[in-house]
Amino acid sequence: MNTEVKFSEESLQLVQNMIKRYPAGKQKSALIPILHVAQAEFDGWLSPQTMEYVASLLNILPVEVYEVASFYSMFNLKPVGKCVLEVCRTSSCWLTGAEDIVRHIEKKLNIKNGQTTSDGMFTLKTVECLGSCGTAPMLQCGAKYHENLTLEKIDQLLDQLQLEGNRKSYTDQII
Amino acid sequence: MAKKLLLKNDHVHGIQSYEIYRQHNGYCSVEKALKSMTADAVVEEVKKSGLRGRGGAGFPTGMKWSFLAKPNGVPRYLVCNADESEPGTFKDRYLMERIPHLLIEGMITASYALGANTSYIYIRGEYFYVARILERAIAEAYANGWLGKNILGTGYDLDLYVQVGAGAYICGEETALLESLEGKRGNPRIKPPFPAVAGLYGCPTVVNNVETIAAVVPIVNDGGDAYAQIGIGKSTGTKLISASGHINKPGVYEIELGLPVEEFIYSENYCGGIRNNKKLKAVVAGGSSVPILPENLILKTANGDPRLMSYESLADGGFATGTMLGSGGFIVMDEDTSIVKNLYTFSRFYHHESCGQCSPCREGTGWMEKILHKILDGHGTLKDIDLLWDIQSKIEGKTICPLGEAAAWPVAAAIRHFRSEFEDYVKNPNAIKDVKHYYRLNNLQTA
Ligand SMILES: Cc1cc2nc3c(=O)[nH]c(=O)nc-3n(C[C@H](O)[C@H](O)[C@H](O)COP(=O)(O)O)c2cc1C
Ligand code: SF4
Ligand code: FES
Repeated sequence: MNTEVKFSEESLQLVQNMIKRYPAGKQKSALIPILHVAQAEFDGWLSPQTMEYVASLLNILPVEVYEVASFYSMFNLKPVGKCVLEVCRTSSCWLTGAEDIVRHIEKKLNIKNGQTTSDGMFTLKTVECLGSCGTAPMLQCGAKYHENLTLEKIDQLLDQLQLEGNRKSYTDQII
Repeated sequence: MAKKLLLKNDHVHGIQSYEIYRQHNGYCSVEKALKSMTADAVVEEVKKSGLRGRGGAGFPTGMKWSFLAKPNGVPRYLVCNADESEPGTFKDRYLMERIPHLLIEGMITASYALGANTSYIYIRGEYFYVARILERAIAEAYANGWLGKNILGTGYDLDLYVQVGAGAYICGEETALLESLEGKRGNPRIKPPFPAVAGLYGCPTVVNNVETIAAVVPIVNDGGDAYAQIGIGKSTGTKLISASGHINKPGVYEIELGLPVEEFIYSENYCGGIRNNKKLKAVVAGGSSVPILPENLILKTANGDPRLMSYESLADGGFATGTMLGSGGFIVMDEDTSIVKNLYTFSRFYHHESCGQCSPCREGTGWMEKILHKILDGHGTLKDIDLLWDIQSKIEGKTICPLGEAAAWPVAAAIRHFRSEFEDYVKNPNAIKDVKHYYRLNNLQTA
């Protein structure tokens, strides 16, 4: 495995453009957008090495990156599966069956909330309201919202994700 | 038929694209403002319109704009709040996804009015795909001369960027949002200074909700007076309502302010009634933070007047018998809903989202969640209900930002209106098993 953390040429270009959006001296504003790119490129999580690398790009201390990365729930500080199933469990989703969705996935994948399947394919994570309450219950996987879920739809989705077999990121182009 | 200003073209095929949007009078407000109005004249129209902030607090937008400090040689910023994380609220997502150019148009017109040459749309990270839709619309706007240098040959320059967050409800609070936009943790700032004086990068800044900024478009096109004619009293114009829960037709509806709540819930034009022919039990009318009301008080005020969808009518009776319009997140619960369990999902949410700076909020939210969990698990006592009441009453007014009270109000309201249900839980733990059983049986089979 490649231990050196370095963006691809394409990502580096993207990151440099991001940094240019802000007034002189305010480059730290690019931190969160860059962390999204980093998480997508480096296996879906932010390792200490990745955070040090991002710090060096922005000329800030690694601890400044860590304190931000640890604040926001979308950043994973531990390895995760290729497909992170983020099931909303707040009011409207709960009213329409989120608990059954979670239970069904737990049973089907033989993992508990917060765990990853042994083949590294799926991680199950409950999250708070994702702004999809009118099409509840729902889950997010990568950039995509899966709405109006039923148990059958979950079965189909898991099969399809398994078949595709690739990592899903928030930054994926989906439309 | 109801008056529509923002969503009148949301079903037009291809309205996401620049060409179709432009064919439907798109970008006319920019033309009108930049070519025939001074910046102050635009602010004046917004004042006349009576528009109030649609992000939750309902503060008059024109007044907020007139507070913006204008020291010489210092840049000013307009930041659009697209963080939309208040449970029950999904209207901004709908608007941005369906009609992205409406927000871009509003941003240009509003930035001109405020004298901002750089503006940002801060969008919650989970809406990454929506950010891409906005970015595409912005690229089209640049290509057609609505953004960039010397717009329409008027000498006005504007750059517009989309900034994605990364999962934190607190970043919807305007000063936390600015911290986040500066690349930091989303810890709310102590006010004053207010953003109008020292906001983004210490410069004067206006933060407005997506829907507020979109509403500037019809206000400039038709005039502030025409906008003020719509609605009722000080609740002028239209409002996007996110309707969810146990209703036949969940979704985003644009209503004229003043619509009776009963009509909104039961009319086929809106929610279409309670699903599975059940009875209405309770409504959270304005997003998770506002007090829940039982059926009788949501349909009628304590005086027996019909309750209307307006800032004033929903607030009628104060917190004793009323609630708030808030962000317009309208969550409907049928007769079989456990108010205690619903409240637990809210309390867990606020505990999860507290930034941790203030002890009453950090400790109080966690404590309330724990007690509710204990009650739900069948180990609660009557004293626990009093303790919950006591904890919630000690948060309000003692924190840096309003998240503390947003966490306290739902607890207070649930106990105020549904105390007997809490008592049932502690006196009769077996009933809880039935509740759990009920949800297992009913969920999804109906979906
Ligand atoms: C905890 C908290 C969360 C908030 N979340 C949002 C939000 O997601 N979107 C929003 O527009 N306003 C939100 N607000 C309100 C903002 O602080 C601010 O008042 C609003 O963006 C101003 O815009 P408006 O006047 O156009 O409503 C939130 C406030 C608090 C205290
Ligand atoms: S009230 Fe809560 S969320 Fe707001 S600043 Fe204090 S601890 Fe943070
Ligand atoms: S409550 Fe689940 S998306 Fe809003």
